[in-house]
Amino acid sequence: MIKHSLQRLLGLIPTMLMLITVAFFLIRVAPGGPFDSEKLLPPEIEANLNAKYHLDEPLVQQYFRYLGQVVVLDFGPSFQYKDWTVNELIAQGFPVSATVGLAAMILAFVVGTLLGIAAALRQNSGIDYSLMGFAMLGISVPNFVIAPILILLLAVYAGWLPAGGWDWSVANMVLPVITLSLPAIAYIARLTRGSMIEVLHSNFIRTARAKGLPESVVIRRHALRPALLPVISFLGPATAAMISGSVVIERIFSIPGLGSYFVQGALNRDYTLVMGVVIFYGMLIIILNFIVDLVYAWLNPKIRYDEKR
Amino acid sequence: MKPANMENTAAPLLEVKDLDVGFDTPEGKVHAVNCLNFSLKAGDALAIVGESGSGKTQTVMAIMGLLSENGEARGEARFKGQDLMKMSTAQLNTHRGKEIAMIFQDPMTSLNPYLRIDKQMIEVVMHHQGLNKSEARAHAVEMLRAVRIPDPERRIRQYPHEFSGGMRQRVMVAMGLLCEPDLLIADEPTTALDVTVQAQISHLMSALRENSNTAIILITHDLGVVAGLCDRVLVMYAGEAVECGSVEQIYYEPKHPYTQGLLASVPRLDQPEETGLNSIPGNPPNLLALPKGCKFRDRCPKAHDACKEKPPMQLDEQRHAWRCFLGGAA
Amino acid sequence: MTKSADKPVIDPFEAALEVHDIKGRSPWEDAWHRLLKNRAAVYSAFIMAFMLVLVVFGPMLISWESDFTDWDYTSSPPSIESGHWFGTDAVGRDIMVRTLEGGRISLLVGLVATIVSLVIGVSYGATAGYFGGATDRIMMRVVDIIYALPFMFFVILLMVVFGRNILLIFVAIGAVNWLDMARIVRGQTLSLKNTEFIEAARACGVGDWAIIRRHIIPNLLGVVIVYVTLTIPQVILIESFLSFLGLGIQEPMSSWGALVSDGAQDMESAPWTLVVPSIFLTVTLYCFNYIGDGLRDALDPKDRL
Repeated sequence: MIKHSLQRLLGLIPTMLMLITVAFFLIRVAPGGPFDSEKLLPPEIEANLNAKYHLDEPLVQQYFRYLGQVVVLDFGPSFQYKDWTVNELIAQGFPVSATVGLAAMILAFVVGTLLGIAAALRQNSGIDYSLMGFAMLGISVPNFVIAPILILLLAVYAGWLPAGGWDWSVANMVLPVITLSLPAIAYIARLTRGSMIEVLHSNFIRTARAKGLPESVVIRRHALRPALLPVISFLGPATAAMISGSVVIERIFSIPGLGSYFVQGALNRDYTLVMGVVIFYGMLIIILNFIVDLVYAWLNPKIRYDEKR
Repeated sequence: MKPANMENTAAPLLEVKDLDVGFDTPEGKVHAVNCLNFSLKAGDALAIVGESGSGKTQTVMAIMGLLSENGEARGEARFKGQDLMKMSTAQLNTHRGKEIAMIFQDPMTSLNPYLRIDKQMIEVVMHHQGLNKSEARAHAVEMLRAVRIPDPERRIRQYPHEFSGGMRQRVMVAMGLLCEPDLLIADEPTTALDVTVQAQISHLMSALRENSNTAIILITHDLGVVAGLCDRVLVMYAGEAVECGSVEQIYYEPKHPYTQGLLASVPRLDQPEETGLNSIPGNPPNLLALPKGCKFRDRCPKAHDACKEKPPMQLDEQRHAWRCFLGGAA
Repeated sequence: MTKSADKPVIDPFEAALEVHDIKGRSPWEDAWHRLLKNRAAVYSAFIMAFMLVLVVFGPMLISWESDFTDWDYTSSPPSIESGHWFGTDAVGRDIMVRTLEGGRISLLVGLVATIVSLVIGVSYGATAGYFGGATDRIMMRVVDIIYALPFMFFVILLMVVFGRNILLIFVAIGAVNWLDMARIVRGQTLSLKNTEFIEAARACGVGDWAIIRRHIIPNLLGVVIVYVTLTIPQVILIESFLSFLGLGIQEPMSSWGALVSDGAQDMESAPWTLVVPSIFLTVTLYCFNYIGDGLRDALDPKDRL
C-alpha cells in the first residue's frame, strides 16, 4: 500500500511538469505582449516593465525561472491587478470557491447515491423512470441555464433568496451550491443506479440472500461498497467538472471566487493570473485524483492484496 | 451407504408438487421446469442429474426463492408442511440459511470479494442464532476446521481472493453448515474443482449427512459423484423428470432411453478401449417451443408413433418411476 | 465452417470477409430492433430531425433579419400581432430568428468539433491499441497525463491566447475532447486485433496501416457511433459555456450559449430572451443524450444494466 502510494506520488511529477510547461508556452506564443492594451507607453517604461517581469530574458531562461518559482508555489505578480501578487489573489478567491465547491460535492455525493440506489432497487418502476428522466435533465440542462432560471423564480419572483452576492451566509450559498451540484447529482445517480443493478445481479448477492439475511442488510453490508466504487473513482473527474462549473456559477451569482478572477484575468489578458490559476487548479485536481485513487485502493481489498505481493 | 429409507415413514421434509418455472425473455416465455414432483425425508440424499439447461438449477432456485426477476414459479414446495412458494421474502428468510442452506456452483464468485471470510460467516450465525460476535467467530473457526481448512484462526481473517478454488468451496460448505441445516442444497459443488478436491468435498457432505441427519439435494451432471453420496436419483430432461429411483435402479436397470444414453456416455475403465465414448446424438429441445408428446422423441433411438403423445409416468413396486411407454411389464 | 472445410482457403481475405459478414449483419439488425424499441431514443431522433430542419430552413422563412433592430418593439413580449412570435430583445431584434441562427452555429460547432475529436481520438487510439507494447504504454500514459489536467481551463487559455474566432473554437474544443474516444477505441482495438480475420490478413502480408484502415476501423464503428452521439452534446455544451462567459462566439454572430448569456442580463425585464434559447439548447442536449444512450444500449447490450 505504501509502495503503491509512493509510486503514484512519483507519477504525479511528469503530469505537473506537463501542466506547467503547456501553460507557460501557450501563454508565451500568444501574439502581443501583456501591456499592449495600455497604449502609448513610452518605450523606456515598457522596457522597464518588461525588465521588471523578466520578459526581456530568453524564453528558456524565463521558463526555468517560472518553474523555479512554481515549485515553491510562487506564481509571481499579477499583470493587471497592480500591487497584487497572484498568490494573494488565489488566497482571496480560493476559500470562497472551495466552500461552495465542497458543499456542492457533499450534496452531490449524498443525494446522487441515494437517488441512484432508490432507482436501482425499484428498477423499471415509475420511480426509476422518473428519477432517471430527471437525471438526464440534470445532465442536459447546463448550469448557466438553470442558474438564471432559479434566480428568476426563487429570488426575483418569490424573493426567498438573494439573487447573488457573497457574505459567507448560508442564504447566499443555497442557490450557487444547488446549481453547481445538479449535474454531478445527475451523473452520480445514473452511475450508482447502473453499478448497483450490476452488483445486485452478482453471485455473492445471491449467496447473501440464500443466507436468509434481510434485504436491507444484504444491500447495506454486501452491495453498497462495490456499488459505490465507480462513484468513488468518478469523484476525481467530478471535481474537475465542478471547478469548471464554478467559473460560470461565480459569475452568475457575483461570487468573488477564484473562477471570477480567472475569467476576469482571461478577458483582460492577465497572463500571470490565468497561468497561476490554471496551474493551481491543475495541481489541485491532480492531487485530488491521487487521493481518490488511494481511497479506491483502500476500499478494494483485491488491489490492496495485489500490491502486497 | 445408508439403506434405502423404506422404513422411514415420517412426514417428508420437503415435498415439491407440480412445480413449474418459466422465464419471460424478449424471445418469449422459456419453460425451464414443467410439472416436477419429488419429495425428500430427513436424512435423504437426492441427486438431480441432467444436461445443462435441463432445469435442475432453476428447480432449487425456485425452492429457495432466488429466481431472477423475470422468472416465475408455480406449484407447491412444502418444507416441514409449509409452502415455501407462498411465503414472502421475510418469511422465507426465517428458513433460508438456517434450516435450508445452499452451496453454489461457482465458488470463485459466490463469496463477497469485499468482505473478510469471518464477516461473511459470522453474520449467518449472529442473525439466525442470536450469538454474539465472539461466540459466532469461535463457531465459524470450528466449522472451518471441520472442513479441513488449515490454520483457520488466521485464514478466517482473509479475503476470498486469498483462497484457492477448492478452499473457497470448503468455505462455502462450512458457511452452509454453520446453522446445522435440515436441508442442504448443493448446486454442482464440485464442478469447478480438481478431482482430488471433488472427492474431499463429497466426503465432507456424506460425513455431515451421517453425523447430523441432514437431507441433501445434490445437483450435478456428473454421475460419478452421485454414486458416492446419494441414495436416490432424479433424472431431468428439458424441464421434466424423466426417471427417478434408487442409485442401484438408475445405474443397473435404467428404464428411460435418456438415462440409458446418459449412462452410456460415462467413460468407464472396465470397458475395452475400442468401444469409445458414446454420446446422445442431437440437442435438447428449444425451451421456447417444446414439442408435444415425449420431449426426448427426436433424439431417442427407440422412438415410435406412440411417442407423439405425452408418455405416462410408470411406477413399479420398488419406487422406481420413469416417463416412457417402454420398459413396463414387457 | 463447412465451406472452408471442404475447399482449401485460397484467399484469406475472402475467408476474412465471410466471417465478417456472417458475424456483422445480424448484430446490426439486432441493434436496430433494440433501438426502435427504445421510445425515448426514437422520439428524440424525430425531435432532433425537426430541430435540424427548423434551424437550417427556419431563418429563410422568417421575414426578420437577425440583426434588424425593430425600434418600435424593443423588449417586447412574444406576440403574433407584432410578428415577433418569440418576442424581441432590448434593442428590438427578433428572438426567434436569432435563436434559429444561433442554433446553426451551435450545431455546426457540435458537428465540426466532434469530427476533429473523432479524427484525433480514433487514429490515436487505434494506433496505440494496434501496436501495443511500449508504444501503447507511452501513448496511453500521455492520455492519462492530459486527462488529469483541468481541460476547460485549457480551452479558455487557448481562447485567450489565440483570440476568439470560430475556427479556433472548433479546433480548441476538439483538441481537448478526444481523450475518451482514444481510450475507448484503443480498448476495442486491443481486443479486435487478435481475432482470426485480422491474423489471416496479417499472415497474407498486408501492411499495418492497411489492416487498421480496412479491418479495425470498420469494426470500431459501433462504439464510435455511440461516442460521437454523446460527444456532440458535450461539445455544444462547452461552446455555449464559453460563449456564455464571453469567450466564445463574438457579435454579430451568435450561438445558443451567447443568447442565453444575453437573456440572463435582461431576464428581469424580458424573461423570454432567456427562456427561448434556453429551451432550444436544452431540448437539443436532452435529445442527443437520449439518442446516445439508446444507441449504446442497442449496440452494446452487455452494458444495458
